[in-house]
Amino acid sequence: MRSALAAVLTGCVLALVGCEKKTSTPPSSAPSGGTAAAPGGTPGVTGDTILIGEVGSLTGSEATFGISTRNAIDLAIREVNAAGGVKGKKIELRVYDNQSKPEEAANAANRLINQDNVLLILGEVASSNSIAMATKAQPAKVPMISNASTNPRVTEIGDYIFRVCFIDPFQGYVMAKFAHDNIKMNKVAVLRDLGSDYSQGLADVFERKFTEMGGKIVARETYTKGSTDFRSQLTAIKRSSPEAIYIPGYYNDIGLIARQARELGITATLMGGDGWDSEKLFELGGSAIDGSYFSNHYSPDDPNPRIQKFIAAYKAAYGSVPDALAALGYDAAMVAVDAIKRAPSFDRAAIRDAIAQTKNFHGVTGSITLDEKRNATKPAVVLEVAKGKTKYVDTIAP
Amino acid sequence: MSDFAQHLINGVAAGTIYALVALGYTMVYGVLKLINFAHGDVMMVGTFLGYAVAQQLGYEHQASLWGVLLIFLAAMAGCAVLGFVIERFAYRPLRDKPRLTALITAIGISFTLSYGFQLDFGPLPGAAPRAFPEVIAPREWLIVGDRAVVIWNWQVISLGIAIFLMVMLQGLVYRTRFGRAMRAVSFDHRTAALMGIPVDRIIALTFMLGSALAAGAGILYAIKDTAIQPLMGLYVGLKAFVAAVIGGIGNVPGAVVGGLLLGLVEEFVVGYSSSSWRDAVAFGFLIIVLLVRPGGLFGSVAAEKV
Repeated sequence: MRSALAAVLTGCVLALVGCEKKTSTPPSSAPSGGTAAAPGGTPGVTGDTILIGEVGSLTGSEATFGISTRNAIDLAIREVNAAGGVKGKKIELRVYDNQSKPEEAANAANRLINQDNVLLILGEVASSNSIAMATKAQPAKVPMISNASTNPRVTEIGDYIFRVCFIDPFQGYVMAKFAHDNIKMNKVAVLRDLGSDYSQGLADVFERKFTEMGGKIVARETYTKGSTDFRSQLTAIKRSSPEAIYIPGYYNDIGLIARQARELGITATLMGGDGWDSEKLFELGGSAIDGSYFSNHYSPDDPNPRIQKFIAAYKAAYGSVPDALAALGYDAAMVAVDAIKRAPSFDRAAIRDAIAQTKNFHGVTGSITLDEKRNATKPAVVLEVAKGKTKYVDTIAP
Repeated sequence: MSDFAQHLINGVAAGTIYALVALGYTMVYGVLKLINFAHGDVMMVGTFLGYAVAQQLGYEHQASLWGVLLIFLAAMAGCAVLGFVIERFAYRPLRDKPRLTALITAIGISFTLSYGFQLDFGPLPGAAPRAFPEVIAPREWLIVGDRAVVIWNWQVISLGIAIFLMVMLQGLVYRTRFGRAMRAVSFDHRTAALMGIPVDRIIALTFMLGSALAAGAGILYAIKDTAIQPLMGLYVGLKAFVAAVIGGIGNVPGAVVGGLLLGLVEEFVVGYSSSSWRDAVAFGFLIIVLLVRPGGLFGSVAAEKV
């Protein structure tokens, strides 16, 4: 009985693998090794289609990130194809799930490069996943564009790795400028997550820039992940009576910190970064989080017609308002398409050069220019939390 | 000065929770000489039961007095049953096996609960944190100066509930027949059995009582710190274990004093130095206490029976 079942299962698996091979082998028998372009066709380009790949967290702990990214990239490609494609060819997208794990992200990237022979790779959101993918894409000389990984190390992997989002240090600068120029704060306390590179990076830059602008950091406190009681740090912060507190952490801690700060009678304005961007922030923070500000990649309330057009199209296709990750996914796909259009050939090296020359590209998340370190120089938005929603406040340019 | 007072209040509030969880550790250890590492996770299950009841009753912000009582009783009863099941099927079969076996089983149950509850399947909650409803409407009871020191109603109510539970427990252990039987089993369970004490039943009841206390502590924790998630028990459980050892494991007043002491030490370390020092100091404190008094503050070192 058991062996019969096993035989059936094995048969199914083999059949599946067989099917997959069939669909993913380009008909023109392009080389599966990768870099060398065969005379018959360049990698990823066959007849009248251009194959590009995406790796995303479609399941696992960061599934919401992966799904909105995939939706938006898919939308972008459909729009491009509907408008006639690129250089007379339609674009085809192949997406693999990485289960929110770096090792699976590396496997998926390998598969796209060696088996599907894609022209370029899009993704990921989490920096650890993007780094895993980049270590596969760089040696194979396959261009890769990360949509939302903000850790500086991602593009340091090599000259084929790009991103369309800003990097962590920029966010620290944005909130320092906002605190000093827009809401006129002079005395700010900083509360950071000691165990997070992200939080440390933002906090360091904020402190330096804010002091340079003439502001004063009146208290420096830290917390460690896993704690749910922040009252001792907050009581210590209260002693220095700051006008604002900068807390570059993740939404699950921020909600509790906001509650406990209000409970202790702290009325200072709370400020943070894109780690705040989650529906859970409103559930955990309740009304305590109202009136706080954080920096983000884009705002759905931005009246800019380009943004509103994207939101309307996304809503029509998927029935929900796109989050910042969707907006970045859309931009990553459009930057790739733009580069394919401008490149003299479909050669991967030519595509790489074209991506590197991206300048003042008008994306949903602002005007994108890639610098010599292959990072996007572009503005950030500041959002205000109001009654379980975010409200657009300002755009701050680099 | 005012922030000293505020730190004192914060520390007592945190320590109350540690104390209640430590009571469960201490009772089970006292009776069985078993460190029940699953205790913190039983507390986690209790908070999720309370959360489920509050959701069923439709409480977003404030529950009636009866509602709060119902949440507590349902969580405590549910955990008592869980404690019974764990004892009956995981610990009792191993009672006469080497002590290490039961300890490893306890760790196994702890992980089964904390990681099993992260599955997003059927009634299981999934890994994401959620906000426990404010079942006691927050109200400021005492404000000193320009909000320099703030005490909230739920802080006082929590402390009241905790003290009530501790006094009840102390009375139970020292003033009832059941308590006397418990102490007899703790002293020597074979001799106790010879005297006609139903050892299995006493041990099962001790587990149920400890688990119910953990559930009560869990609800108070959730009222205090809002976010609940399946891994919360590991962290609180570990701290409560330290509290129980500081106080002298096996000793009821010792667990309470140990819990409050640990809460206050942590609070003042973070408040006046840095949060990165908190755990190092808390556990360093444990080592110093044990160096000076190996049996804990209230414990006595009994010679090992041969």
